[in-house]
Amino acid sequence: MTKYIIKRFLGMIPTLFVIITLAFIIMRLAPGGPFDQERQVSDLVKANLEAKYHLDESMPKQFIRYLSGIVRGDFGPSFKYSDHDVAFFIFTSLPHSLLLGTIALLLATFMGVFVGIIAALNQNTWIDYSAMSLAVIGISVPLFVVGPVLMLIFAMKLQWLPTSGWITGRDGWVTLLMPVLTLSFPYFANIARLSRSSVLDVIRSDYVRTAKAKGLSQTVIILKHVLKGAMLPIVSYLGPAFSGIITGSVVVEKIFRIPGLGNFFVQSSLNRDYTMIMGVIIVYSTILILMNFLVDIIYSFLDPRISYR
Amino acid sequence: MNTILEVKDLQTYFRTDAGIVKAVDGVSFRLDKGETLGIVGESGSGKSVTNMSIMRLIPTPPGKIVGGEILLDGENILEMNEKELSKIRGNRISMIFQDPMTALNPYLKISTQLIETIRLHQGLDKIEARKKAIEMLKLVGIPAAERRIDAYPHQFSGGMRQRVMIAIALSCNPEVLIADEPTTALDVTIQAQILDLIKDLSLKLNTAVIMITHDLGVVAGMCDNVCVMYAGRIVERAPVDDLFESPKHPYTNGLIQSIPRLDEKSSDRLYSIDGQPPNVIDLPECCPFHPRCEKAMDVCSSKYPPVVELEGKRTVACWLYEEKN
Repeated sequence: MTKYIIKRFLGMIPTLFVIITLAFIIMRLAPGGPFDQERQVSDLVKANLEAKYHLDESMPKQFIRYLSGIVRGDFGPSFKYSDHDVAFFIFTSLPHSLLLGTIALLLATFMGVFVGIIAALNQNTWIDYSAMSLAVIGISVPLFVVGPVLMLIFAMKLQWLPTSGWITGRDGWVTLLMPVLTLSFPYFANIARLSRSSVLDVIRSDYVRTAKAKGLSQTVIILKHVLKGAMLPIVSYLGPAFSGIITGSVVVEKIFRIPGLGNFFVQSSLNRDYTMIMGVIIVYSTILILMNFLVDIIYSFLDPRISYR
Repeated sequence: MNTILEVKDLQTYFRTDAGIVKAVDGVSFRLDKGETLGIVGESGSGKSVTNMSIMRLIPTPPGKIVGGEILLDGENILEMNEKELSKIRGNRISMIFQDPMTALNPYLKISTQLIETIRLHQGLDKIEARKKAIEMLKLVGIPAAERRIDAYPHQFSGGMRQRVMIAIALSCNPEVLIADEPTTALDVTIQAQILDLIKDLSLKLNTAVIMITHDLGVVAGMCDNVCVMYAGRIVERAPVDDLFESPKHPYTNGLIQSIPRLDEKSSDRLYSIDGQPPNVIDLPECCPFHPRCEKAMDVCSSKYPPVVELEGKRTVACWLYEEKN
C-alpha cells in the first residue's frame, strides 16, 4: 500500500507536466496578449513591458523559464495586478473557495445520501416522487436563479441575512449560509439521484436477500449490508465534484461577492493574464489529481476485492 | 403426526403489465420433523416462489401472497409481523440459495456475516459467538477455520462459499432448512460433496430439509418424499422410491423417462416431453398439462383435476385416477 501511494505521487509529476505544457501552448495560441488594450500604448512602452515580463524571448525559452520557476515554487508575477505575484492571489483566495466548497459538498453529501436512501426505501410512493422532483429541480435550475431567489427571500423580504459579502471569523456564517445552500443544491440533487439508484440496485441483490433470510432487521440491513456497497458510486462522484466545487463556483462567488478563486478563473483568461491562468490551472489540476487518488484509496477500504500493489 | 411445517392452499401472485402471474396457485404439503422433502419441477413451475413465500421473502410489490396458510408448528407465518418474522428467519427456518457467488455480502468478512446471525438469535457475546462460528466452519469442512474466518467471500471458491452459506444457515439449529437449488451453480465434483454435507448435517441436527431442484438425481439420492410441481401446482406427491418405480402423473412419468439411461443404446434419441410449459398468466380452469399430455381426455381441457389420494401416502392431481375411485 505504501509503495502504491509513493508510486501514485511520483506519477503526478508527468501528468502535471503534460497539463502545464498543453495549457501553455493553447494559451499562447489564443489571439491577443496581456498588454493589448483599447487605449493604444506607444511601441516603446509596449517593448519595455514585454522585456520586463520576458515576452520578447523565444517561446521555448519562456516555457523553460516558467517551468524552472514552478519547480522553485515561483508562480511568477501577475501581468494585470502589478502589486503582487500570482501565488499571493491564489493563496489568499483559495481558502475562501475551499471553505465554501467543503461545507457545501459536505452538506450536499449528507443530505443527498439521506434523501436518496429514503427515496429508494419508499420507491414509487409520494415520498420517492417528491424527493426526485426536488432533485430534478436541483439539476435543472441554474445557480444564477437559485442564488437571487434565496437572496430575495432571506435578505430582502425577511431581512434575516445580508445579501452578500464576506465576513471572516466567527460571524462569518451569516455570509456563508446562502452561498453554501446555493452551491450545494445541484450537487445534492446529483448525489440524491445517484444514491437512490445505487441503493435500489443493492437492495435487490442476492446478498441483501440473504441478510433478510437471516432475520436481520431492516435498520441493520440498511446500515450494515446495503450502505457500504451503495456508497461506491457516490465516492467516485465526490472526487471530481470536490475539485469542481472549490474552483468552479464562479457564479456563486460573483452573485454573493465572495473573494474566491473562481473569479480569477474567468477574469485571468479574459485579461490574457498568462501567469495567472497557468497558476489557476495548476491548482485546479493538482486538486483534481489528488482527489482522484484519494477516491482510489477510499475504494480499497470500502471494497475488499480491490487491493493495490 | 409430528408435522413441523404445513403449507395449506398457498397462492402467490405477481402483478405484471401483461396480467396477473399465478406463480403459485393452491400448493399444499406437509413437512415432518427430520424429513427431507424434494420439490422438483422445471424453471417457472413455482418451486422457488413457494419457498420464498414460506420465508416471506416475496418482493412486494409486484408479488403478493393472496391466500392460504403456512403453519410452522401450528403458528401461521403469513399472519406474523416483521418482529415475529425476524425470530423465525435464520433461526427456526433458514435458507441456502442457488448462487453462492452472489449470496454472500462481498464487502463484509465471513466472520461478520456468521457472527451477526449467531448473536442475533442465540444472544451470545462476541467471543462465544466467534467460537461457535469457528465450530460451524469446521463442521462444514472449511480447512484452517480459525484463520479463514476473517477472510472475505472473494477469497473462497464457489464450493467453499456454499459451505459457508450452509454454516450460516445451520448455525442456529433451525427446524427447517430450505435449500433452493444449492448445487446448480457448482462444479459436478463439488455438487456431491455439498449434497452429502447437507444430508449429514441435517441428520446430525435433526433438521427437516426442503430440497428444491430440477435434478431428479439429487432427489433420488437425498430425499424421503417428493413433490412434483407444474405451472404453480403440485401435480404429484410420493415417497421417493415409489415415485421412481411407478410414477402416476403423466408429467412425472415424462420427467422420469427423460433421464438418460446408461443401459440404453446410444443410438436411441433421448425422450422428451413435447411442447412448452404454459404461460401462467390467465391460465384457464383446466389441467395445465393437458396440451402436452399423452393421455389427455376431454375432461382435462374443461376442469382442473382434483387431488386424488392414493395408497402409500401418495397424492396425484390427474383425471386418470378420479374415475378409478
